[in-house]
Amino acid sequence: MKVIDKRLEVKIKDLNLKNPIMTASGTFGYGEEFEDFLDISSLGGIIVKGTTGSRREGNPYPRMAETPSGMLNAVGLQNKGVDEFCNNVYDRIKHYNTNILVNVSGSTIEEYVEVAEKINSLEKIPGIELNISCPNVKQGGMGFGTSCPMASEVVKEVRKVYNKTLIVKLSPNVTNIIEIAKAVEDSGADGLSLINTVLGMAVDSEKRKPLLSTITGGLSGPAIKPIALRCVWQVAKNTKLPIIGLGGIMSASDAIEFILVGASAVQIGTANFIDPSICEKIIAEMSQYLDRHNLKSFDEIRGII
Amino acid sequence: MKKYCKDFKVVENTSLTPSFFRLTLELDEKLPEINPGQFVEILINNEKDVFLRRPLSIHDVYEDKNQILILVQIVGKGTLALSKVKVGEYLNMVFPLGKGFPLEGEKVLLIGGGCGVAPLMHLSRAFNNIGIKPHTLIGCKTQDQLFSTQEYSSLSTLHIATEDGSCGIKGMVTDHPIFKEDFDVIYTCGPTPMMKAISKESKKKNIPCYVSLENTMACGIGACLCCVVDTNEGHKCTCTEGPVFLSDDLKDF
Repeated sequence: MKVIDKRLEVKIKDLNLKNPIMTASGTFGYGEEFEDFLDISSLGGIIVKGTTGSRREGNPYPRMAETPSGMLNAVGLQNKGVDEFCNNVYDRIKHYNTNILVNVSGSTIEEYVEVAEKINSLEKIPGIELNISCPNVKQGGMGFGTSCPMASEVVKEVRKVYNKTLIVKLSPNVTNIIEIAKAVEDSGADGLSLINTVLGMAVDSEKRKPLLSTITGGLSGPAIKPIALRCVWQVAKNTKLPIIGLGGIMSASDAIEFILVGASAVQIGTANFIDPSICEKIIAEMSQYLDRHNLKSFDEIRGII
Repeated sequence: MKKYCKDFKVVENTSLTPSFFRLTLELDEKLPEINPGQFVEILINNEKDVFLRRPLSIHDVYEDKNQILILVQIVGKGTLALSKVKVGEYLNMVFPLGKGFPLEGEKVLLIGGGCGVAPLMHLSRAFNNIGIKPHTLIGCKTQDQLFSTQEYSSLSTLHIATEDGSCGIKGMVTDHPIFKEDFDVIYTCGPTPMMKAISKESKKKNIPCYVSLENTMACGIGACLCCVVDTNEGHKCTCTEGPVFLSDDLKDF
């Protein structure tokens, strides 16, 4: 039996997290894929794969390229659709004793609303993460997250049908992330996840071709951590919403950097590919940090920068 | 099948040709069951420019010694760094991954090209264990690229095709007389054009053909969805639904 460290508990609106460590959408499947490597119920939360109104095949192969200290992906929201999630996946994963959040994606406001409304009826899903920042789909996705009026409208419409915790995942691919965050805050969001991947590309000089079928893709991994930290810091200073920070976290010290600039919790993404049990290791190291710095909880250092 | 993430000790690192090497990796506990055609995701820890694990086919398994053998072709910075690991070092692997080759038929042909010969050793051994001696056909450009022929011969009837005729018949694997014979099942791993040519000929003769793919991937466990292949039922992950597929199920094969 593992000892639970009460000092790590954190609250985001109505979500009670055992610890600030969550897993990022698209990097942890539905949790089941990682059952052999860690205890899913030891996590603060999991954010399952981006879910759309109907089944999507995603983009053609190749969809991935390794880059310095990171990777590009162009998966393009491949998923089996919200009905498959509600009718099958949900029953398989609802026993996890953690916060299961669904990443809600779409091409139109109607699609976001449809998915959110269906997820709202699932008892064991205490919140959603509204994905208005996917860089890999032609319609919707990041389009909603890079314009204040559009971000505002989609959040308002989803808020009308969704009455549990509504987190909105923001894109770093904007001129001023503070403006978008404020627009989302004013439209009824309960919290923010930031950041989604950074738009990038990779080229093969020998073959003289792009490495991704879509030419551009989303950059993740340690390469984007400085950008993510800057975004979290800027938004934390300018909104009151709780923030879940993500982008290149590979260790407890990375996670704590996000807390220092204002994050309430963090998500581990690409690091799950390098070490499938990394989340448990980070949780243990978070406790060690509190011991080492003689802190009662991370509240003492949250947002001090 | 349960998956594991463990450190293996490097007990041998053998250079086979200038571009191929073989690692013998030992676990200090009993190995779980591993099927031929499965793969590992290996962490490259001696090269800072390599970020992701590298998916590599399992070449052979010595159950009595808890050893996994990996046959690697140097194709980039990850495999180059891996070629430099020293005996006594430890390598972290996630294993065993994917679905391997199903053992079907009694008269079977295993065809490997380039590094695609790797999983055929373990497959040959599995067939031997159920009392079947398979035929193995290896194709390469020239005899300098051939290796481990004695080991393949000990587990199967070995046939060779080289493009320059320096060993075996001159030509491609599909030119070899053994390929013209009838088989219950054909298993192949190698360059995509080779596997497509084999699949096409097999279809004509109504012989089931299993192909092993090597799509680029990040996680190896079905989470990142990067390694998809186009099948008759839409995109499927090479890492969890493959890497072995019946060629009839794949589009473009």
